[in-house]
This record gives sequence, structure tokens and C-alpha cells, in this order.
Amino acid sequence: MNHESYPDELIRSVLKNSKTIAMVGVSANDARPSYFAFKYLLGRGFRMIGVNPGLAGQTLLGAPVYASLAEIPEPVDMVDIFRNSEAAAGIVDAALEMKPLPKVIWMQLSVRNDAAAAKAEAAGLTVIMDRCPKIEYGRLSGEIGWTGVNSRILSSKKPALLRGFQKFTIDRR
Amino acid sequence: MTDQQAPGFSTIAIHAGAQPDPATGARVTPIYQTSSFVFDDVDHAASLFGLQAFGNIYTRMTNPTQAVLEERVAALEGGTAALAVASGHAAEFLVFHALMQPGDEFVASTKLYGGSINQFNHSYKNFGWTPKWADPDDLASFEAAIGPKTKAIFIESIANPGGVIVDIAAIAKIAKRARVPLIVDNTLATPYLIKPFEHGADIIVHSATKFLGGHGNSLGGVIVDGGSFDWLADKRYPMLSAPRPEYNGMVLAETFGNFAFAIACRVLGLRDLGPAISPFNAFMILTGIETLPLRMQRHSDNAQKVAEHLANHPGVKWVSYPGLKGDRYHNLAQQYCPKGAGAVFTFGLKGGYDAGLALVKNLRLFSHLANVGDTRSLVIHPASTTHRQLSDEQKTIAGAGPDVVRLSVGLEDVADLIADLDQALASA
Repeated sequence: MNHESYPDELIRSVLKNSKTIAMVGVSANDARPSYFAFKYLLGRGFRMIGVNPGLAGQTLLGAPVYASLAEIPEPVDMVDIFRNSEAAAGIVDAALEMKPLPKVIWMQLSVRNDAAAAKAEAAGLTVIMDRCPKIEYGRLSGEIGWTGVNSRILSSKKPALLRGFQKFTIDRR
Repeated sequence: MTDQQAPGFSTIAIHAGAQPDPATGARVTPIYQTSSFVFDDVDHAASLFGLQAFGNIYTRMTNPTQAVLEERVAALEGGTAALAVASGHAAEFLVFHALMQPGDEFVASTKLYGGSINQFNHSYKNFGWTPKWADPDDLASFEAAIGPKTKAIFIESIANPGGVIVDIAAIAKIAKRARVPLIVDNTLATPYLIKPFEHGADIIVHSATKFLGGHGNSLGGVIVDGGSFDWLADKRYPMLSAPRPEYNGMVLAETFGNFAFAIACRVLGLRDLGPAISPFNAFMILTGIETLPLRMQRHSDNAQKVAEHLANHPGVKWVSYPGLKGDRYHNLAQQYCPKGAGAVFTFGLKGGYDAGLALVKNLRLFSHLANVGDTRSLVIHPASTTHRQLSDEQKTIAGAGPDVVRLSVGLEDVADLIADLDQALASA
């Protein structure tokens, strides 16, 4: 699969069909990008599970945190990797040991490991690399334009509002 | 990196950033004339203040009308993000504020809008930022001006007072070797004529008051982030690469990736220095941009015909317009702006200073004022107005010698413009 660019429809379907996301490398420091993304996705209705040995056994924003993927006692749709490109290899190996298998491996902005991606794809998983699910969600819902970011999406359709103020969703009803 | 095949320029000029209003379905982007925005709950407020959620707090940072303008210009330039501010000057100021520390230097082209030269030479002294001047016709002068304190290079694509095309790609190579960002003021070209990011620019600034808005009715400025500069590589830009005390130690380049520069200008510059654009002005400029490709083509076509006419006029000594064959910048114009060389240019009268004054006085359609990029044709005699405080020698170096007249050719019927110039020249 081509990892230089992803069609919007692929990203949209990955985000729509992933209900539970395990974020490996989540931080409890509210100035860190992994904390932001975790909090944002929680607020958009995803079931979030943290993976960080330093926070294992605690909760983060009310969500559970485990030391490793192996310890997560429930099925996970997406493993989101907030570690560097080299560390991604071991995390993908661990993800491929999970039962049931996750459907998606997502590596964060600047994280890319083509060998690990090929291994996951051979096992039937979808792999997205060098992207942030928060940014992609905000881009596809239209929210990111509020910050002057070029979403590269043109549409004559009204954005879909979530409950409350200033929240869009990618789930058009 | 693009995920989709890009739509065409005219489609982007009308649609980018502007979905129907989510609350009302209004198809034209509404003027959100409000200072502030209600929070959903206390946690939402905290998330917005901590930059953890997308959304609006206060119109000094973001506003939904302004945001559509930002995304529109970012898309037209092929950038990752943009920030709209009160004026072109404000845009330049916020760019340098994000890049420079006291004691730093930047290299600037000598061929710039006079207001930019003033800002760099005088206002920036108070911040300890020093311009080193280089001549875009002599690329070695850019190399020579770069030193260990250099943080950026600043040029105009089509340079004011007109008639100058700058070799963006050549200067981009110099910037890359020096590992500093290249900032291009693309006001006179607009992305319709020249797209500086395609030639290696890292940051673009605009006075949106000119051709983007296009109707001479609203001030505005835009900063566009090309997403191409690696702020974390040398860590020479602490606003982007260092933990920011303003945001609990957040590192903007790490958090916002390839649109971190636009974010830095917004949350460190605009937030604290305050030159916000009014939502009404953002709306007026957005409306102008919808017809940008049509207008820029007509502006350039009219300017070409006016320049050709003047070049053959017995009262005219010289015309500096790169669209003319034989002009010193004609080859660069063919390379950078084959659709047209813009609408602003200068020419000289055989009768010198007095003839320049008489021409301005005799014109009936051209308006005598200090702006460019209006639907109306504009004229100014720099030696008696914008540059009158300079010595004759300084005027000549600045391209504002006693015989120089600057035109900004508008969208009127070109035959009427030529007739107006002819009658004014006849009595000049």
C-alpha cells in the first residue's frame, strides 16, 4: 500500500470504524501532544485506552491505562503509536500478538516504520503512518479550519454538529 | 504531501474553507461580528485555552469569518495554514516576531515596498532586529549579507514600485544553504500569477488590501505557512522549538507539525501583540478573492496594453514593465509569471519632475493616491509624495527619481485608460 499519501475516504473510514483506540506512549503531561490527542479523541466519543508503564493502573481523564498492549483485557480496533519510528517495530509485534487482532495500526506524525507496516499489512491490518488522528479528525470534520489550517477539502454540504458548542463530527446523520 | 488530487485555482478561490454555516445553512460565509464565543463547559474552556481543542475563544486570536479567509489563502498558495491580521505590515511584524530574538539579523531585498523598508530600518531597531540589505539583481550580495546571526531572508516576488521580478528559486537555494527560512511578500503577484512555495519559499506574506481584496475597501494582511521548514533541526527558533512558558512548556513545532509556524504567529504573536483583522474586513476580502483569477488576468492584460502604448509614446522616456519584450526582467517574467507580469509598474517622462506633476494633475480616470491593487486605476508621483523627504540620489536608488510615475492599472476598459493617459500627457 502507498504510504506517501492516503485518500480522505480511507482515513474517514478508519476513524469511523474504530470505536476503541489503544494509545501507546500516552502522557499525563497536559502540554504533550499525546495528552491532547487522547483527550480530544475521548471527547469525540472514542473509547480510549492508554498504554504507558509509568501510568499503569491509573486512569487518565477517566480512561484506563495499562503497562502494555498484552495487558489490555478487551478488544481494540486501533493501536495508535506515540513512540519513535524504531520503537514502532516492537509495538507492532506486540499488537500482532493481541487476540482478537486490532484492525488498524496508526503511527503518529513523524513516526514511520515501513518494515513494521509491511508485517502488519501481511497480517491483514490497515496501516496509517506519519499522521495524527486528532488532526485528521479535525480536518475531515471541518474543525481544523477554525485555526486557519488548509484542510484541502472543498464541500458545499453543511458540517455535522456534535452536541454543544464548537464541535463537529465525521458521523453525518 | 497531499492526500487528494488538487482542484483548480478558480474552484479553490470560491470554495476553500467555506462550507455552509453549520448553524443556519447560510451559504455565504457570515460576518461573525462578535468579540467572544461561549464555552460548552468549563472543561471545554480549559481545552481551548490550552490549545488542546480546535475552536474560538476571542476574536483577537480566532474568528470564524477570519478563519475562512485564512484557509482560502492557504489553499490558494498551496500552504499548510495561514493567519489573517489587520494589515500587511502587521503580517510582516508577526512573522519577524516569531523568528527573531534581540540581536538577530535578517537579509532583506533592497527592492521592496517603501513602507517595508521603513518598518525594517526604523521600527525594528527597538526590538534589536537588524536588516542587512541585498540587491536581488546581484545574488552574490545575498550570500555576502548572511552571517551567524541571520535568521531569515525577505524578498518580494514582483517588487514595488513595480517592474522588478525576483529570482525566487535562486534565493531559495541560498536560504536553504544558510538553513534559514525564505519569506516572500507575494502581494503584487498574488498566487494567481506566482506561487512562491513552488519555487522554494518557506513563508509568504500578503497585504490583502491590494489584489486579494482587490476593491480598495478593506485593510488586511495574511501570513501563509509553507510547512517546509524544519524548526527542530537547529533549534535556532525558540518560539517554535523551545518549551513555551506561555503554554505550560508546550513545544509548538512538535505539537503542530507542519503548520506550527502559523500557530506560533497566532498564539504567541497575534494573541499578545494584538493586530487582529476585523471580521467585516475579512468578509470583504473573502468576497474579493472569489474573483481573483478573473481580476488578476484582466489587471495584467490591461497593464500590458498600457505599458506597450506608453513605450511607444513620444513624451515617455522609458517604461519598466517585465511584460515588455526587451525589458531586463522579461526572461524572469516568462519563467515566473507567464500569465502576466502584474498591474503595477513605473515609467519616466522626458519632461522630468514638472511633467510628472502635470501628468498626475491632468489625469481624469486615474486616481492620485497611495495604494495599489484596486479595481480603479491609480497613479502616484513618488518624488513629490511618498519619497519627497529623500535626496535626489536616494530617490533614484529607490526607483523614485524625479521623472518616475507609478501606475496601478485597474479593470476599466483599457481604451479609456489609454485615452486618459494620452490626453494627460498631451498637456503635461
